[in-house]
This record gives sequence, structure tokens and C-alpha cells, in this order.
Amino acid sequence: MTDIDAGELAKRRPYDWAPLLLVPLLALAALPLIGSLSTWATLTAAGLAMGMIIFIIASGLTLVFGLMDVLNFGHGAFISVGAYVAAILLAPLSGLLQADSLVLNGVALLALIALAMTATGLLGWAFERIIIMPVYGQHLKQILVTVGGMIVAQQLIIVLWGPVQLAFPLPTAFRGAIVLGDVAIERYRIIAVIVGLVVFAGMLLVLNRTKIGLLIRAGVENREMVEALGYHIRRLFVGVFVAGSALAGLGGVMWALYREELTPGMGMEVLVLVFIVVIIGGLGSIGGCFIGSLLVAVTANYAGFLAPKVALGSNIMLMVLILLWRSRGLYPVANR
Amino acid sequence: MSEAALLRLDGVNTHIGPYHILQGVELAVPRGGLTMLLGRNGAGKTTTLRTIMGLWHASAGRVRFDGAEITDWATPDIARAGIAYVPENMGIFADLTVRENLLLAARAGDIDDARLRWVFGLFPALKKFWSLPAGFLSGGQKQMLSIARAVIEPRKLFLIDEPTKGLAPAIIGNMIAAFRELKQTAATILLVEQNFMFAKSLGDTVAVMDNGRVVHAGSMAELAEDRELQHRLLGLSLDSHQ
Ligand SMILES: Nc1ncnc2c1ncn2[C@@H]1O[C@H](COP(=O)(O)OP(=O)(O)OP(=O)(O)O)[C@@H](O)[C@H]1O
Ligand SMILES: [Mg+2]
Repeated sequence: MTDIDAGELAKRRPYDWAPLLLVPLLALAALPLIGSLSTWATLTAAGLAMGMIIFIIASGLTLVFGLMDVLNFGHGAFISVGAYVAAILLAPLSGLLQADSLVLNGVALLALIALAMTATGLLGWAFERIIIMPVYGQHLKQILVTVGGMIVAQQLIIVLWGPVQLAFPLPTAFRGAIVLGDVAIERYRIIAVIVGLVVFAGMLLVLNRTKIGLLIRAGVENREMVEALGYHIRRLFVGVFVAGSALAGLGGVMWALYREELTPGMGMEVLVLVFIVVIIGGLGSIGGCFIGSLLVAVTANYAGFLAPKVALGSNIMLMVLILLWRSRGLYPVANR
Repeated sequence: MSEAALLRLDGVNTHIGPYHILQGVELAVPRGGLTMLLGRNGAGKTTTLRTIMGLWHASAGRVRFDGAEITDWATPDIARAGIAYVPENMGIFADLTVRENLLLAARAGDIDDARLRWVFGLFPALKKFWSLPAGFLSGGQKQMLSIARAVIEPRKLFLIDEPTKGLAPAIIGNMIAAFRELKQTAATILLVEQNFMFAKSLGDTVAVMDNGRVVHAGSMAELAEDRELQHRLLGLSLDSHQ
């Protein structure tokens, strides 16, 4: 554009900073309660790492909800399936994974992730066609069929892999901790934070700098108007659904590595947190989803240490507090 | 051979849920003119535009546009056939900037510079608030953005629903000027309006709806002359709108 992008014409875009302060404030408030700096650092790093993984899983779900009002409880299945499918490569690639080389470990891990994301992306595509499409706009049926789909997937995992937990060891170079003074931070947590940040940045780039992203943001706000401007929102939605499913697969692998084990119910366990995140972030908001994920995970870690008995309750409390402050979530999407 | 009417509705019926809203709408919109669609609150004007856009589907009857029957087409295909729509609620994307709102409407990819300058000439406020989220605009500015979005690329037909609703008189003057300019481009326009002064000053032809039907169609000049007809069709008191 010729002469119109000029900064003098642009009024400063007011930015809503308050939600960004929540995680730092929470961390600061927790420090005196926890007492020891090293314990606090460990818990905070664990919380941030877990938060990033939850974000990777939740980001697709929030966009799927925002675009088509689809409540997909089946998202939990993609988490487990991603992790279990990746585990298929654990034995064949064990040489690479256990080699004492960051590069070989990394290559092997990327192969695991690529397989997981391909499988869950394809599964997502089929899931959308077979299970979601017939129940557009019908929330009660959506809950029933997607919960059904999730149970079927979970049972299939039990049939194929058995009901017991399986080991999912970290590659050699990702084990251990980095020690700074008397603070030790596990390497994998740092890696998880980096991956989460990369996914977040990539997503912001797509949403803010591409036409597809523009369409997604517009569609989350007002689906009908996007169609009236000449765009088929369903095609867009299928793309977002597949991408979100693939990201859930990535999150599943990362979650399995975080816990270094697989259980058939792992997807379901994370899904509860994921739904809390989607609600407190503001349905359809990626920024809100990111902050919500960190908040939920950091809170869970602090609460797990300070008051283990109420750890899950702490997230419900967090949700209630956030919704009392902002009833439509941290970053509500206009028109919703 | 091209038909005289760019858009034609034949016996269009529309149901919304259990309600039978449009009950056999007959409407012809001549090429290159501005047709006013008038009628009391609840007459079915908005429902007619939404049915043309495929946002409601006609349960009976036919919608023909530019030689094709579009009755059962999907909304995006109707839009791509060359119909731009300014809905009653404006349909602004509040979280997107003014620029992004216009960029979405420009299906060709980028916004054409000359066209954009023309739009800025019509609505200077849009230039001023170019990088601001549209949610921060005033009601009148949102309406301007909604119209700008419809005209940012040339289209065959513009459907515009109550552009003056809730606007201050000064801004209504600005709107009239803008529609005059749009008419200069030989655009075909179907405009829903409650403000009779506004309608009178712009319309070439007019259709009046009541109870889900078109109850009168003719030239605007004829209706503007006939106080008695205005009173009967629109409930305008005989001495109003002087
Ligand atoms: N979504 C809906 N559900 C049920 N009834 C509806 C709906 N939309 C419109 N109607 C009804 O259809 C009738 C026509 O409405 P419509 O909005 O088309 O009228 P209008 O001529 O545009 O009125 P106005 O001048 O108030 O905008 C009204 O009786 C209205 O109550
Ligand atoms: Mg109306």
C-alpha cells in the first residue's frame, strides 16, 4: 500500500496488558509461601513446561470451538493416540534414542513426532468427517458422540497395547538437569518450554500475518459474515481441525516424555485441564489460551507442593476467580 | 441476451424455524439502478436480503441473479457470483483492524490502490483509523467500514440493509453523498431503508413490503409524489418528512 501505512495516521492500538501480569504475579506470590528458592524454581520450571504442553494441546481445541462452536471431547483421544503411535518407533529407533549424541537423539525424536502428528492429523480428518460433521450446531449430541469417540479410541489403545502403563524414556541427551547455583532445572523442561514458545510464535505468525490466519480470526468472531464475503468456512474449519489434532498428537508425545510413561487414560487426564484452559483463556482466543495454560499448570504445581490434597480443586478455584474477574475469559473474542 | 433485471425473486417463501416469514416475494431489481426496499418494521426486508444471500434458504420460489438460478447456492458461492452484502448489524470484525476488515473483502488478494483512494474519499475516517481494531470505531464509522468493505472491489450487485439506522443527521448526509458516488459507477444497488427522505433522494425504483410480501413496486418518483400511497403503504403521516 502506498501512502497509508504511515505511523502518523495510525492511532496507537490500545493493548490489554493485565492478563500478561498474572503468571509473574502468581510466581512472585508463591515464592514466600514455598520458602526455598530452589524448590520454587523447580516447581516454576515444571509448571511452565507443563503449561507449554497444555498450550500445544489446547490451542487447536480453542480454535475449533471458536470457529464452529464445536465441543470436541474427542480431543483427548488425539493426545493418547499421538503418544502411543510415537511409541511404535521406540524400539526400532532405540539405537538412535540411546546414543550419546544430541543430534542423533534429536533426529530420532523428530521422527517420532512426525509419525505422531501425521497419524493424529489423519485421525482428526476422519473424526471430523464421520463424527463431527453430522452434529454441527447440536451441542448435546456433540458431547455425546465426541465422548463416545474418545472412549472407543481409549478402548482400542487398550486392545492394541494392553491396559498397563508402558515406559517412554527420554532420549539420552535430554536427561539430567542444568544446575545454576543451588537451583537445578531439568533439561527436558527447558526443551518443552522452547518447543511451546516456537509453536506459540508460529501460531501468532500464521494468525496475524497470513490470509488464512485473518480468515480464522474473522471466522471466530462472525462466521456468517466470512461466508457472505465469499469464503467457505467449512474448508477452513477442516484445516484447523486437522492442524489442531496434529498438535494434540505433538502434545501427547511431549506429555509422555514429561512423565516418561504411557497410560491409556493419559489423554482424558490432560483433557480436564485443557478444557479449563480453553474456558479461562476466552473461547477462540490463542493469546488467552497461552496465558491460561501457564496459569493452570503453574497453579497445579504450586498447589501440588503446598496442599497436595486440594491440587485438582485449585484449578477449579483458579477458573472461578478468573471468571469472576472476566466473565468471558482473559481475552474474550468480540461478538461471542 | 441479457435480462433487464439483474436480480429477480419469483414467489419466494422463507421459513425461519416454525415461522413462515416470506410468503411469496416477487421482486425485480433492474440493472444499473438503485432500488429501494421499504416497509414497516417486521415486514420482511432483512429476511429478503438474507434469503438472497443464502443465509436463509427459500422453501419455495426462485432467486435468479445475472442469468443463473442461485436459490440453493451456498452463501460463499453467491458472494463470489458478484453480490456484496452490508447486513443490518454491519457484521464488522471488531477484533480485526480497519485494514484487515477491508483486506478480507478484497478477494483478489491485495487492495487496489486507486479503489482504496476512492473509498477514503468517500469515508475519510477509515484512513484515519486504518490500524485501529474496528471495535473502537463509532457506530457511524462502523457503518462506513461495512459499506467500504462491500465496495472495495467492484461487484455486480450491492445489498445494503438500513445503512442510516441510528446515525446522526450529519452522517446521513455523508452516506447519501457516498451512495450517489456509488451510483455513478453504474452499480446495481438494492437498499433497505426506513428513512423516507433518504430513500426519496436516492431511489430510482422502489418496492414496498408488508407481511412478507411485496405489496407495491414502481418508480421512486411516483411514490414520492403520492402522499396517499405513502400513508397507506408506509404509515407515514401526510405531513411528515417535509
Ligand atoms: N431469527 C428469527 N427468528 C424468528 N423470527 C424472525 C427471525 N428473524 C426475523 N424474524 C421475524 O420475521 C419477520 C420479518 O423480520 P425482518 O427482520 O425481515 O423484518 P424487517 O422488515 O427487516 O424489519 P426491520 O425494519 O425491523 O429491520 C419479523 O416478524 C421478525 O420477527
Ligand atoms: Mg431489518
